[in-house]
Amino acid sequence: MTVTSESAMTAAPSSLTTGKMPSWMPGAICGLSIVVGVVGVYSIGGFKWGWMAIVAAHLYLLLVTVASRIIEDRRQAVDRAMRTVVTIAFTTVTIPLISVFWTVITKGISRFDRDFFFGTMRITPEDMLAQMEGAQVGGALHAMVGTLIITAIAAIISIPLGLLTAIYLVEYGEGKLANATTRLVDVMTGIPSIVAGLFAYAVFELILGPGTRSGISGGVALSLLMTPVVVRSSEEMLRLVPNELREASLALGVAKWRTILKVVLPTSVAGITTGITLAIARVIGETAPLLVTAGIAQDLNLNPFSGRMTTLPVYSYYEYVQPGVPPETGIARAWGSALVLVMIVAVLFTIAKILSHALKPKGLK
Amino acid sequence: MSPSKQSEQNLKRSESLADRLFSAVSRSSAISILLVLTGVAIFLTVVGWSGIFGDIEGMSGSDTFLEYVGPLVFGTVYAATLALLIATPLAFAVALFISHYAPRRLAQTLGYVVDLLAAIPSVVFGIWGITVVAPLLSKNVYPWANDNLGFIPFFSGTASTSGRTMLTAGMVLAMMILPIITAISREVFLQTPRLHEEASLALGATKWEMIRQAVIPYGRSGVISGAMLGLGRALGETMAVAIILSPSDGYFWSILTNQNSNTIASNIALKFPEAYGLDVNRLIATGLVLFMLSFAVNVLARRVANSGFSGAAG
Repeated sequence: MTVTSESAMTAAPSSLTTGKMPSWMPGAICGLSIVVGVVGVYSIGGFKWGWMAIVAAHLYLLLVTVASRIIEDRRQAVDRAMRTVVTIAFTTVTIPLISVFWTVITKGISRFDRDFFFGTMRITPEDMLAQMEGAQVGGALHAMVGTLIITAIAAIISIPLGLLTAIYLVEYGEGKLANATTRLVDVMTGIPSIVAGLFAYAVFELILGPGTRSGISGGVALSLLMTPVVVRSSEEMLRLVPNELREASLALGVAKWRTILKVVLPTSVAGITTGITLAIARVIGETAPLLVTAGIAQDLNLNPFSGRMTTLPVYSYYEYVQPGVPPETGIARAWGSALVLVMIVAVLFTIAKILSHALKPKGLK
Repeated sequence: MSPSKQSEQNLKRSESLADRLFSAVSRSSAISILLVLTGVAIFLTVVGWSGIFGDIEGMSGSDTFLEYVGPLVFGTVYAATLALLIATPLAFAVALFISHYAPRRLAQTLGYVVDLLAAIPSVVFGIWGITVVAPLLSKNVYPWANDNLGFIPFFSGTASTSGRTMLTAGMVLAMMILPIITAISREVFLQTPRLHEEASLALGATKWEMIRQAVIPYGRSGVISGAMLGLGRALGETMAVAIILSPSDGYFWSILTNQNSNTIASNIALKFPEAYGLDVNRLIATGLVLFMLSFAVNVLARRVANSGFSGAAG
């Protein structure tokens, strides 16, 4: 049996493997294109990594398509071409994204010193002189504290409001009010962040007088951006709770509010906390609304109800556009605070990831 | 009536009271969202009103409101459109790569990275754009494009040497909206019914043919609504444009020069901290225009998502 089948194989090659590109070939073409790209560009214009990559990628795309068209058929050629295009596009996108991280880390790390984390921008004349001679002075403590206070205000407003609205929509909502709320939450998601800032500014101008800047108005502006995110994610999570759980609880005679607090919320707590953490990560980097509401101050301000309050993103922006003399010190501060921001966001993301795993009810793990 | 029955009834009464209270609290928070949003619209209109119809003498410049906001609307739409044109095809490809080409483990990590990118603060993208992208493009690409493609109006004019152009702004904006479009597209691509894909493959389709037959028809509305959401975000994006673009007054089609129409959001960010008097009202009025613009885009996005010309509505 085996002998005959083997001889049959050698006599008439299986239709499954004929007309197929040998598996080593794409790799070989890839190597060839890279060599041609590097050597070709080098011989014309020296080491230009960008152009080398571009030439090599296009050459590979061309060669692999042509080779496939000759050896295989048109359909396979299209398939290989599209696979290559998608992969190239993906790589193209990764490069700037890596560049963002790389630039922030390498430029920001130079200001990760004691002064930066414990100092403010209230610079003494001695510091000024040192700065003129090229020393790194000034810190971002006031901006970090401001970010914490303003984000906390936003969270205190948004989390209860958003969560309760989500509960209303899922557990009670029907009819006109629920419909309207769903639509308005959609609208709210689309509010440009600077418009939220303008609104908070207009409201607090009415309360506290014209031209006023304060931490609380910044917090209100951010809560406007945060609430719809909390509603959306909590709503999604509450809807995932199986109806059987609610019915079982209600059938035992437990009141609805108790069912919601003791059965529905604990079941969905993992998803809800994850959503809230992500919402915080979203608003903590907001710059524009704080630029118009909280403004910028040189010193620590712990009172959100009066006076300007600096936040990290606004601080980073101003240190970049008004770096002072010499500009290098200001720009270094801008990158330093940018790195702190990116790290905060990354940490919040990781926390969200861990929470969503750790808080899952045992049955769903 | 036995005492236990009595206490049971008390319990029942207090439970039903608590029930009503809880329902009232959650209902009122839904209502307060309604009120807040109405408040936003009313406040901006009231405060902006005097910026639109107020005495021009009290404002800087001699433009009527329409003359003032026109170039800004143009700049906003122009920058966002550029960003969308660059980002959508790339996001489509990246989403497809993550959902159908990358190995499963890698795909999960990539999905996480894409989500993280969506949360990178815009000010970071802004200073990255002006430090890295602008010099790179103004040295390597803009002079070449200006020399060779200058006959096309978009590439005409004097190429910027600082790179603070509409094209740079559009590209950085594209990087910022790419994660959103990718995330939504990837989600719908992953939801393609397994049976559709397998049926296609079983009939002998290549992977790309399967994607064209099963994945794209299913995910099309998702990609479109993702792109619309990205457009909405690009319209309202402030800091990156404020940092990168070198703004001028007027309408400019050329994307390689230092003369560019500013965007509404960036104009507010640049002028608001120093504005006073009626100028503030006028800036708030432009904010209202921006609000309406992005509202229109969002409504359109929902309509597309719900139009149901594919299986993946919503």
